[in-house]
Amino acid sequence: MSAEVVFNEKNAAPKKKERYIVQTFKRVLKNKLAFIGIIIVSIQIILAIFAPFLTSYGPYEQNLAVTELGIGEEGHILGTDNYGRDMWSRLVYGARISLIVGLSSVALGLIGGLTLGLLAGFYRRIDGFVMRIVDLLFAFPGILLAMLIIAMLGTSLVNVVIAISIWSIPGCARIVRGSVLSIKKQEYILAMKSLGASDIRIMLKHILPNCTAPIIVFATMRMATAILSTSALSFLGLGAQPPTPEWGAMIAAGQDFMWTAPHMSIIPGIAIMLTVFAFNVVGDGLRDALDPNMEIDL
Amino acid sequence: MENHQPLLEVKDLKKYFPIKSGILQRTKANVKAVENVSLKVYEGETLGIVGESGCGKSTFGRTVLGLEKLTNGSILFRGENIEGLSDRKLKGYKKDMQMIFQDPFASLNPRQRIGNALEEAFIIHTDLSKKDREKRVRELLVEVGLEAEHYDRYPHEFSGGQRQRIGIARAIALNPSLIICDEAVSALDVSVQARIIRLLIELQKKYKLTYMFISHDLGVVRHMCNRVLVMYLGTMVELGSSDQIYKNPMHPYTRALLSAIPRPVPGRKKNPIKLEGDLPSASNYPSGCPFHTRCPLAQEHCKLKVPEWREIEEGHFVACHEV
Repeated sequence: MSAEVVFNEKNAAPKKKERYIVQTFKRVLKNKLAFIGIIIVSIQIILAIFAPFLTSYGPYEQNLAVTELGIGEEGHILGTDNYGRDMWSRLVYGARISLIVGLSSVALGLIGGLTLGLLAGFYRRIDGFVMRIVDLLFAFPGILLAMLIIAMLGTSLVNVVIAISIWSIPGCARIVRGSVLSIKKQEYILAMKSLGASDIRIMLKHILPNCTAPIIVFATMRMATAILSTSALSFLGLGAQPPTPEWGAMIAAGQDFMWTAPHMSIIPGIAIMLTVFAFNVVGDGLRDALDPNMEIDL
Repeated sequence: MENHQPLLEVKDLKKYFPIKSGILQRTKANVKAVENVSLKVYEGETLGIVGESGCGKSTFGRTVLGLEKLTNGSILFRGENIEGLSDRKLKGYKKDMQMIFQDPFASLNPRQRIGNALEEAFIIHTDLSKKDREKRVRELLVEVGLEAEHYDRYPHEFSGGQRQRIGIARAIALNPSLIICDEAVSALDVSVQARIIRLLIELQKKYKLTYMFISHDLGVVRHMCNRVLVMYLGTMVELGSSDQIYKNPMHPYTRALLSAIPRPVPGRKKNPIKLEGDLPSASNYPSGCPFHTRCPLAQEHCKLKVPEWREIEEGHFVACHEV
């Protein structure tokens, strides 16, 4: 579907000065699923930023007079939990935590992965060594690796970020290395070498900008994984600790009240599902929009 | 011309690519891409290097430029051996030697504006301010037949010929003395080719450039070059002035190459010399004269002895036992 879109757009009005980013974004918006994904992500971002203004109760504010209220009862939009805390407020503050943890772990993972991938792809000498370490990390099942790291560092959200970013490094490194290997054979890299450009200059100014497409897609998809894993770890009690309004921790807390107050688990569950879904479809949409077969050099 | 010091002198250049295999990556064999090439390039001349695909002409050009590490031999630029130069001096040498690439679509970074791409040269080698750099780049664009406004454009907005002009602008940006044109016009239409060649000749006159013109198009080489080197399987086969090579080819390989040029003359008899077989693999190098497997004149001793590089007339060299 989006292939047609691309063609039409190009034939109809090849706008000269439109930025690459703008064009890509427009193409993503034409993909319906990705469009829905972008809306969900945007709502989540707005909720996270303006959390204090959108809630009338604090996320930690207990009121034992109104425990386990159902949806919409007594002015609590999504009801309350077993301590009488407002579910809506906890959900919104949870969005904040999920986004921050997701973003920071993906960012850290990207920094590590990009560095390793660039170096491995550019210098054949260290390629074998770096990629074997990456393979080693790959050999662990992701969540197990994260648990291992948390077991070493102790349970806390910061350690979850560290664990998930380490888990993101190998995937990113492989993707970047692959791109670097293909780009470094291009004549424009040779041209820069014959001009006498330094390796760092070539890597940062000429190779990196040309492998952004797979990295952006990877980062978006990784956001979904990171948020899901954070919740999973918190659910298992390895991440955010109880009073924190983290979605996974909220599901875990609601387990005991499954029969009396099912919304305590279901609402954060839906939130996780929607978020993961949204980031995945946005990632898909980006991948289609950035597909080199459709438009190689905009 | 022959009397003064050559701009570039290459002595016994060898470039082997090792074939590695096994866990320990032992070198099993070598692909002999360039085998014992020695030549001198004089200031202001255009030296053509011709040969069929895979004969090592491009590798030779890249090795001279330092893009590939040479296996053996030496490269002297203005009498100075560039091997073992300090980084700083090497940078100066790189400034003096530039390359124009074959594929105009692959030789420009698709994510970089033309202006910025051309500015790189000045950023790397000079201390010009941003404003001065921009001014120089706009002048350069006009110089190669483009417009100063093209500064802000991306490569995909240009045609092949225009891109090649940008490639030329990049090569002349730092006022080099030697430019290696690696199949610089092969990827272009014939009409565009002619215009690019005219531009190259104009620039040569204006800046006293020396060209090393690598091509498989014998017609273009004839038009451009003062001297021509014919290569076969990484070795030098024949070297001479354009007239010597084209009017009086001595080596059987050169003759075969020349007879294969299509000539659009009606009624002209066509009897190209046909070579038997394929180009031997450079990893399984023939003994003796590398051409003996396909040579119409080959004798028994051609298989055993590498032919000498002989001067048969003033400035005309050939490597063959039989001529």
